[in-house]
Amino acid sequence: MSGFSLTRVGAVLIKEFKQLSRDRLTYAMMLLMPVMQLLLFGYAINSEPRHLPTAVLIQEDTVFARSVVAALKNSLYFEFAAQARTPAELDEMIRRGDVQFAITIPGDFTRRVARGDTPQILVEADATDPSATGGAVAALAALPNQALARDLSGALSPRQARAPFEVVVHRRYNPEAVTAYNIVPGLLGVILSMTLVMMTSLSVTREAERGTMESLLATPVEPIEVMVGKLAPYVLVGLIQTVIILVIARLLFNVPMLGGWAGLSLGVALFIVGSLALGFLISTLAQSQLQAMQMSVFYILPSILLSGFMFPFRGMPGWAQAIGEVIPVTHFLRVVRGALLKGQGLGDMWRELVALSAFVCVVTALAMARYRRTLD
Amino acid sequence: MSGRPALPGGLAIDVHGLNKTFGDKRVVKDVDIQVPEGRICGFLGPNGSGKTTTLRMLCGLLTPDSGSGTCLGLDLIKDAHEIKLATGYMTQKFSLYEDLTIAENLMFSARVHGLDRRKARVDQALERLGLTERRDQLAGTLSGGWKQRMALATATLHEPRLLLLDEPTAGVDPKARRTFWDEIHALSAEGLTVLVSTHYMDEAERCHEIAYIAYGELIARGTAGEVIAGSHLVTFNGEGEGVDRLAKALAAAPGVEMVAPFGATLHVSGIDRAALEAAIAPYRRAPFRWTEVEPTLEDVFIRLMDQSQDNFR
Repeated sequence: MSGFSLTRVGAVLIKEFKQLSRDRLTYAMMLLMPVMQLLLFGYAINSEPRHLPTAVLIQEDTVFARSVVAALKNSLYFEFAAQARTPAELDEMIRRGDVQFAITIPGDFTRRVARGDTPQILVEADATDPSATGGAVAALAALPNQALARDLSGALSPRQARAPFEVVVHRRYNPEAVTAYNIVPGLLGVILSMTLVMMTSLSVTREAERGTMESLLATPVEPIEVMVGKLAPYVLVGLIQTVIILVIARLLFNVPMLGGWAGLSLGVALFIVGSLALGFLISTLAQSQLQAMQMSVFYILPSILLSGFMFPFRGMPGWAQAIGEVIPVTHFLRVVRGALLKGQGLGDMWRELVALSAFVCVVTALAMARYRRTLD
Repeated sequence: MSGRPALPGGLAIDVHGLNKTFGDKRVVKDVDIQVPEGRICGFLGPNGSGKTTTLRMLCGLLTPDSGSGTCLGLDLIKDAHEIKLATGYMTQKFSLYEDLTIAENLMFSARVHGLDRRKARVDQALERLGLTERRDQLAGTLSGGWKQRMALATATLHEPRLLLLDEPTAGVDPKARRTFWDEIHALSAEGLTVLVSTHYMDEAERCHEIAYIAYGELIARGTAGEVIAGSHLVTFNGEGEGVDRLAKALAAAPGVEMVAPFGATLHVSGIDRAALEAAIAPYRRAPFRWTEVEPTLEDVFIRLMDQSQDNFR
């Protein structure tokens, strides 16, 4: 028999369709993936975020100061989240990452405006992620000419075309707005989750698929012993990956490493264990290695898109941020960037570390509950 | 292999009323099994009859829905962990790590069972298998017969007192099967109790006793002779040129329950001797010769299978 037979093509085609329709998960993935991607890219991602949390230190409570704050608010880029009482407090807020901007209106602002002295307002931006602050910083250019337009009338109306005050912008932590400073530490989180979750998601599934699980279960080995034994080698893999990425980040990309080694080490340890436990959990849920892979992809996609790795976290709508907060990569990124770029100490990042610990505990408990010591 | 506590009633396996249901399918129904210590019990039954499920319940891989009893004097449910320590289980599908070498697989088993003198035990097992030279060969590259012998060595490395084998010789050539059975008998001689499921009648006859399970129910038990006698089956053996062509006509005759050609001869079996004789009477002529023979185990099992199938429907 030779040539091209439509009947034979049909035979193969019908078989493929039937097999596909029996693999429900693959089916669901193929239909859900595009929907998920459309929703994420369409709604959640915003490369020019507005309403960024801002702290302000107003050293004089005057009409002018209030007008400046109001003008900032009207720009829609700034959302006043906190009012600092001292410069130290303001500094802490931006270092901890509570706010994106810290604005200082000096004590003699009104007097100097009235004298035509052109006083300065200091805007400190957390530029670890340059794309998060870019739009807001650009909007500041128009501020001096507009903010006080209504207040400065009569005798105070500007004599020259000069603006009544200046805005000085400090891009902190990344003054040259180098994207790599933000992306490279972030990659640590993404690469670790990609490799570790995928590798371990296959671990139990592979035993089940090859039939070795039955023998393993017939031995006296306990579930926790299987889990620890299976995951330990990957802890080493994760640590080696971390070292490689950090060395390259330093040597090739000159990523600043300001310190925060204690927090970073703890964060890396928690994140590696959490990712491995998640992979193990997936492997207890998946029926086949293919399914395990698909589930891993389903986890990794939002980890890249919603964690603040590719797009500014604060640019996302509330629901997307809520999802992002559940993803461990989000917290890990804050730890890595905080430690390397800002030199955050344990005290600054404890919330992220607690979140990572909680993830480890919950996922490990679920994995243990799901792992069956019998074939029931 | 001394200093063991005597087992109650001398039974290594003593379970009653085992039941297991998957979904709405009752796979094992009220099965009782007693195997005296040091005996080899053949576990027979058609595909899907619940043999594997029963074996898995005995070694703690599955939890019975109901039923009770002891394995090695330990409670089936409560002491599942202790039973695992003293039981060797060989799965139907080759379930060693194909990407580990022979020696590495044995070493894994030794470690997982927390054995002492691991290296010595592994070397000894390799010696016994005759695989010392091939110890660094990947397990996946072994032939079918060797794989099974290796799986047996792995399942017995921790010197279990009970060995459960699930169709250990399926798809293995006759010579390798014989070697395998010689090993099982050698282990049994050392005091090991063996429960082995199989489809091969010659293997069933190598067992000290057999248990027959069909559609989840245990329907016959005893030595091969007892099972054959208990079936009350009468079998005539027909010989002569063209006797096999009578199969169709005889099968339709009243009183004939089974007709099976064996090469150039024909086995005709039934419970009712008179009806059976009447059925073959028309063919008691040249060139055919008829003699009554002892039914084979296969005759008995096929009848048991047909019978239970009827009950099942």
